[in-house]
Amino acid sequence: MVVISDIFVQLGQMALVLLLAPLLTGVVRKIKARLLRRRGPSIFQPYRDLLRLLRKEVVLAENASWLFRVTPYVTFAAIWVAAALVPTFASGLEFSWSADLIAIVALLGSARFFLALAGMDVGTSFGGIGSSREVMIAALAEPAMLLMVFCVALIAGSTQLSTVATFMASSEVGLRVSLGMAMIALIMVALAENARIPVDNPATHLELTMVHEAMILEYSGRHLAMIEFGAFLKLLLYISLIICVFFPWQITTEGAGPLSYLVSVAAYIFKLAVASLLLAVFETATAKMRVFRVPEFLGAALMLGLLGTLLRFVSRGF
Amino acid sequence: MIPAVAQQIWCVAALLGTTALAIASSRSRRSTALVYGATFAISLVALAGALFSLIARTGATELTLPIGLPWLGSHFRLDALAAFFLVVVNLGAAAASLYGLGYGSHESTPQRILPFFPAFLAGMNLVVLADDAFTYLLCWEFMSLASWALVMAHHREPDNARAGYVYLVMASFGTLALLLAFGLLSGAGGGYGFAAIRSAQHTPSEAALVLALMLLGAGSKAGLVPLHVWLPLAHPAAPSHVSALMSGVMTKVAIYGFIRVVFDLLGPPSWSAGVVVLILGGATAVIGILYALMENDLKRLLAYSTIENIGVIFTSLGLALAFQANGFGLAAALAFTAALFHVLNHSFFKSLLFFGAGAVLTSTGERDMEKLGGLIHRMPLTSFVFLVGCVAISALPPFNGFVSEWLIFQAVLQSPDLPQWVLKIMVPAVGALLALAAALAAACFVKAFGITFLGRARSPAAEAAGEVDRYSLAAMFSLAALCFLAGILPGLVIDALSPVAQAMIGHRMPVQANDPWLSIVPIEESRSSYNGLLVFAFITAAASLAVYFIHRFASRAIRRGPAWGCGFADPTPAAQYSGASFVQPIRRVFGTLVFQAREHVDMPAPGDLRPARFKVDMHDLVWERLYTPLTEAVWFLADRLNQLQFLTIRRYLSLVFATLVTLLLVLAIWS
Repeated sequence: MVVISDIFVQLGQMALVLLLAPLLTGVVRKIKARLLRRRGPSIFQPYRDLLRLLRKEVVLAENASWLFRVTPYVTFAAIWVAAALVPTFASGLEFSWSADLIAIVALLGSARFFLALAGMDVGTSFGGIGSSREVMIAALAEPAMLLMVFCVALIAGSTQLSTVATFMASSEVGLRVSLGMAMIALIMVALAENARIPVDNPATHLELTMVHEAMILEYSGRHLAMIEFGAFLKLLLYISLIICVFFPWQITTEGAGPLSYLVSVAAYIFKLAVASLLLAVFETATAKMRVFRVPEFLGAALMLGLLGTLLRFVSRGF
Repeated sequence: MIPAVAQQIWCVAALLGTTALAIASSRSRRSTALVYGATFAISLVALAGALFSLIARTGATELTLPIGLPWLGSHFRLDALAAFFLVVVNLGAAAASLYGLGYGSHESTPQRILPFFPAFLAGMNLVVLADDAFTYLLCWEFMSLASWALVMAHHREPDNARAGYVYLVMASFGTLALLLAFGLLSGAGGGYGFAAIRSAQHTPSEAALVLALMLLGAGSKAGLVPLHVWLPLAHPAAPSHVSALMSGVMTKVAIYGFIRVVFDLLGPPSWSAGVVVLILGGATAVIGILYALMENDLKRLLAYSTIENIGVIFTSLGLALAFQANGFGLAAALAFTAALFHVLNHSFFKSLLFFGAGAVLTSTGERDMEKLGGLIHRMPLTSFVFLVGCVAISALPPFNGFVSEWLIFQAVLQSPDLPQWVLKIMVPAVGALLALAAALAAACFVKAFGITFLGRARSPAAEAAGEVDRYSLAAMFSLAALCFLAGILPGLVIDALSPVAQAMIGHRMPVQANDPWLSIVPIEESRSSYNGLLVFAFITAAASLAVYFIHRFASRAIRRGPAWGCGFADPTPAAQYSGASFVQPIRRVFGTLVFQAREHVDMPAPGDLRPARFKVDMHDLVWERLYTPLTEAVWFLADRLNQLQFLTIRRYLSLVFATLVTLLLVLAIWS
């Protein structure tokens, strides 16, 4: 019985992230538009965009290879699997033991690896510029993320996200300096990885400053839909990760009744709403930085992660 | 039933026989097929024997041959550690022989390669089997010289002679260090057998000196920074299947030497040994991969990436030493197993990648990535396996590179319990370096694959490329399959490595075979676990699901058109991103410090018709700060000592007399 309910929780979570991801992006866009005194599109616009793209034919560049056509599905699948392994409303995910936090970081790395290759496939200079900058950002963001993982794993005594979430939800954690540093590092990495301001501008087109959009410039139709969907999922994943590691209140731990699932889903959606509000406010309040300021930004994240981990290494108290 | 070690010696004898055969049949047209066919068969037999003794845990077998020093003989021994490294050596050898069957037929001067190839294989096998210091050093030199001859196979090509020269100097230096190390280990009594060395007591200062000498000797062969300078010159200069052996296998033989002495012969380590190895390993990993990123020659890029992987392996060994010194047996076993796992993985994917580079070289005649591009259309199979190798070496799931990196990170997470403050601060810093190296490796192989195989062809040669022969493809596909299998079934590999860890560390990782769904659990399930098989199944299922739904319910129409490129059609392939421009952001971030890279832009004033110029200055600081002063010092001294050649007989006699008196004085004061 327990196994079956766990599998249902797992499947429910996979469906939930798929359903919620476009909505989250829609909400962030709506709030940003309202903050700029625009009316903005409906919060359901991302769904419509996806459906529209899915119905359109694909226009492939003449020299696009099989890699170019496979990449959208591979990246989407890798991000979806990663998103399915981050506890959202319940910590006891059936398959959480199959990949821990380090593996989730690496799964996102796989998605990025293929996307960067696809950017170079057609052989336009825009694709190259996007890939080249993406790997530069990743070369700093990934170690920062791993150090944040180290810090959290040392506090929770595990790299398993379900265990981490359960531990963080318990009262024995308290406020810790190293956790604060890890959280700031994770937020900075999340901004960079999701191509948000101040690292990249998700709304930009035809600018020499763009990174992510330049990489996927040659994509169209269902391929583009898959990549966009992957990007929505990735944003949801990072916000869920921040929530589950640092704010796991009301998350359902193992052996709770069905009512607690309702409460925790509601709490999760509430937390997502708060996070999207904060993200929108932050993005509206800051300006995008030059590409070569990004290393300094991510370097700071790396240092914060390292400092947090070092503090854990030298003393149990922090 | 002859003992396992005797079987291996017979294989070595057969390899040496193949060398004789190669010399005898050098005029024959079929000698290429004959020699590689023979080495392939012999390597498979040796591989089967080594694999059997590793998995069946047959225990150590010994053999003494009455050759070598008259009072000593030659001792050979096959234990778990040797068996594991024999697996690595012979697997790489079998793959290289298979590849050579096809690749060797393009060779213009096969008689310069064929005799040395089996000799090189024999040398590597013998080093791993040797059980006394004399045999070890002799075989080590044999291996070095055979590989040197292979490096010099195309000695008329520019730079190859220099590569051979630098290699020879560094190899002699390394052997000198090893000679001194074994001298110290054997002590004044001259117990050259490994059994005698193992049972002898070594003082801490002796042990520290031996460690330093081993780092110099084995480290120079493996490519530890700053002793790596010969490696990116020599490895690419050899024919590609030999490059694969040198990078994928010979560096591992050096690591075997390091493990044999430091973990086995030297007795219990001190924690400061761990610190030294950790620092060297971490620095090697990051510097190696940064060099690789800046490189535009495909084979040199791979050689530099070997340096990075050696750094990762040494880091893990350093962790094992630190844990071992503090009595954390389980953690030490974890770190040690991770190092061995990475040894195995690196031999798989680096051989695969060198084979791929060789295929590109055969097909286009180019190693320079700036003249390649678009090969994915013309060499679909090669590009597929090369992609597998790139994903594996970039430590991405579900392939094998990720598993060993993951195990190393798990070992790093075990280390807050270490009592020494230096280690407490060093280990997270080294963990950060490893994470950085892994991320940079991914960037490096995006570049390697993207510039070489994707985009549009940058030269007529790349335009006219074709797929390579079936033997080469078979070799590459089998290695790619091994990368995949080791990635999704890591538990089997870890269990196979457990006797080695048991023998060297005294502990082993928990048995993995009983874990549900073939997961791997390094310490306990609540701490961490990983299941490559399930991750692979999930990704496949999710991707198939997406493909099915979209093609069933949404659109499946495709139209081909010219590339969009924001409306800016690039007229020539030269307008694509090149290898140098791809790494420009990373060069700006890291290169200003590590390479003192400076960019000079010469932009003509409006109206001026001369072209704009862009120039990058980069410095190889290891050469400039270490080796150039060293060579200058040697030249200076040689110049000064030159006068000694032209003295009269009286002066020579007085010099001899003075030396004698000084030596006697020293002896008198000493005792």
